[in-house]
Amino acid sequence: MDLLTELTILVLAAFVGFEVISKVPNTLHTPLMSATNAIHGIVLLGGLLLIGEASGFLDELLLVIAIAFGTINIVGGFLVTDRMLEMFKRRD
Amino acid sequence: MYTASFFTDPDFIRVLYIFAFGCFIFGLHLLNHPRSARRGNIVAAVGMAIAVIATLLYDFVGDYLLILLGIAIGTVVGVPAARRVRMTAMPQMVALFNGVGGGAVALISFVEYREALHHAGGNPALDQLIPILLAAIIGSISFWGSNIAFGKLQEILPGRPISLPGQQLINGALLLTAVGSAIAIAAGTESQGLFLLILVSAAVLGNMFVMPIGGADMPVVISLLNAFTGLSAAAAGVALDNVALIVGGMLVGASGSILTKQMAEAMNRSIANIFAGGFGGVSVAPSADGEQKPVRSTDAADVAIQLAYASKVVVAPGYGMAVAQAQHTVRELADELEKRGIRVDFAIHPVAGRMPGHMNVLLAEADVPYDHLKEMDEINPEFAQTDVALVIGANDVTNPAARENEGSPIYGMPILDVDKAAQVIVLKRSMNTGFAGIDNPLFYNENTSLLFGDAKESVAAVLAQVKEL
Repeated sequence: MDLLTELTILVLAAFVGFEVISKVPNTLHTPLMSATNAIHGIVLLGGLLLIGEASGFLDELLLVIAIAFGTINIVGGFLVTDRMLEMFKRRD
Repeated sequence: MYTASFFTDPDFIRVLYIFAFGCFIFGLHLLNHPRSARRGNIVAAVGMAIAVIATLLYDFVGDYLLILLGIAIGTVVGVPAARRVRMTAMPQMVALFNGVGGGAVALISFVEYREALHHAGGNPALDQLIPILLAAIIGSISFWGSNIAFGKLQEILPGRPISLPGQQLINGALLLTAVGSAIAIAAGTESQGLFLLILVSAAVLGNMFVMPIGGADMPVVISLLNAFTGLSAAAAGVALDNVALIVGGMLVGASGSILTKQMAEAMNRSIANIFAGGFGGVSVAPSADGEQKPVRSTDAADVAIQLAYASKVVVAPGYGMAVAQAQHTVRELADELEKRGIRVDFAIHPVAGRMPGHMNVLLAEADVPYDHLKEMDEINPEFAQTDVALVIGANDVTNPAARENEGSPIYGMPILDVDKAAQVIVLKRSMNTGFAGIDNPLFYNENTSLLFGDAKESVAAVLAQVKEL
């Protein structure tokens, strides 16, 4: 993919991010932060893409750590958000 | 085999990516309302699963054993941490999860650079190299900054601002080192040493810029670091030509920036001002004459009577409630009062606690219905008709000096106008100043009385007294 296509996607994604978030009420700020926090765990993909062609022990070690970090970010982030949101109930 | 080639076709994988970030965007959209928020989180998580599975389909992705190892380690660490963390410790947890994300970005960018040197025998092309360098700088700042934020919130490090003389100069020099080294590499220098220098100077910078920030500003910092990690992930995505990574990272980068801006606005301060060590830089002058001013202290029985004969009570909770784990007891007290026909609302300051919405989460945990949680602008006009304002472990966000005293470091910050209520009862551990270290004139007002002690024990004592009335 060429750089300009990537930059186009980048800019559009930024505006979608602005729009979709600016309507979130204060009440949901913590879960929101926690959920977006989990989403940037997507950097895990970077580790997956590189590890197959990694040469040498050091690179493999660093990538395993990166994959573990990314997984903690994703799994922990979504779980913690779910625990928070589970508690948002209206009293009947 | 036909099927195998179909599933590993890069175009098929890209279609899956489109589903994945569609899920992210739709999930974030659902997070707009408490009713649909939980579903939103699940939708986003499904998107993430699709993105990961799709990536594993690429035929050049290999070493499944190592991948499995990494994912297993991450799951073993992440799941119990997320399950066990107490609701009050949520801000630290988010800081920590954010940090590991930034760490992953930094590591990936370093390996990518090393691989390029190894395979291509030289620096990668600029359209790849520049995003790698950006990812390295931002990822490293985010990793270390988040760790410091975690340390401060967990009280491993002192929560008070710590700063060195010439802090701004040192930070400037560190930034210059990181950016300068990056430019040198981009200009053609092939050096892993220089790349490490970038990572290390950005790491020290991450430490240095969070250290001087006091607890009151911590929500803004965590939010900003969240945006940083998102941006660095997007940069890594450009370097790796991966659309899912670009979109996912940028969504977080953009939403995190908006959130950071909203929070800074709630405190009537610019983001630049906060990171120039605003709260941290100002030393607090003791009261002009330096003498002890008198405060009125009260006991649980008195408080119970005041509450039981009120018709409208507003509770203003703060970090003290979180520390004492008092939210359930507070809810019981509110229930008891409501049974007697007293209207009880909760006044939520946007930066009460240690992160945006911190109080909402705690009170939701305690089953307080969210329509009783009032935001600052909504509740402030109501204080004039309020009989009793009950301040539980909140300090700086109720400090009238922010309205009245131009010399105060928090002058201009919007506050909860609890002092306008007929009676103010402040639950406090001791006469110590708040996290920001600023004296609060509210405590010396004539209509204010203080109930000293652990918030949970105090509320429990009041509750017991109310039940006897």
